Amino acid sequence: MAAPSSEIRYLNPPTVEVKKKKYCRFKKSGIKYIDYKDPEFLKKFLNEQGKILPRRLTGTSQKYQKKVATAVKRARHLAILPFVTDMFK
Amino acid sequence: MNQYETVFIATPVLSDVQLKELVGKFRGTITENGGQIVHEEDWGLKKLAYPIQKKSTGFYYQIEFKAEGDLIGKLETQYRRDERVIRFLTFKMDKYAVEYALKRRSQTAKKEEE
Repeated sequence: MAAPSSEIRYLNPPTVEVKKKKYCRFKKSGIKYIDYKDPEFLKKFLNEQGKILPRRLTGTSQKYQKKVATAVKRARHLAILPFVTDMFK
Repeated sequence: MNQYETVFIATPVLSDVQLKELVGKFRGTITENGGQIVHEEDWGLKKLAYPIQKKSTGFYYQIEFKAEGDLIGKLETQYRRDERVIRFLTFKMDKYAVEYALKRRSQTAKKEEE
């Protein structure tokens, strides 16, 4: 006996993921140089373990992602940022 | 004449007299070999994000200077020979970096005036 079509009732309505258009914050705000000396700004691009966030999450363009990566690596070299940590945010 | 920026970390066990002498030594290697120092900054004693050579704090010192390319080799051998310096980094500043440094310096100068 075919179940009537509206048989399935969800507990709460399925929220369709609204597609937020990602943009490169450097192009928008016109920042040209990412300084490796201020950790607060760089922390926005690191996850809890201190790893660099990928472009697909932050939405930055490749040119600025490379600048962020070099800045983070320089900061790690100078012990301004840790290589690996837990919940340092 | 490119513009470079170098930062080095000195061991925290140094007295400030030794630290001044260390900084003077590096300043000397730059000026003697035809470099011009643009700006210097002493960040003082800071906590390191991870222990280097079993030490968890260090004296940071930053120097911005204009120099020829071959001076960097000499400067870095000085760093490597001196055992009081536990970490160093030198890099060539591109035009955006130079612009950024100028802007930051004018901001800090303005802040001091207020």
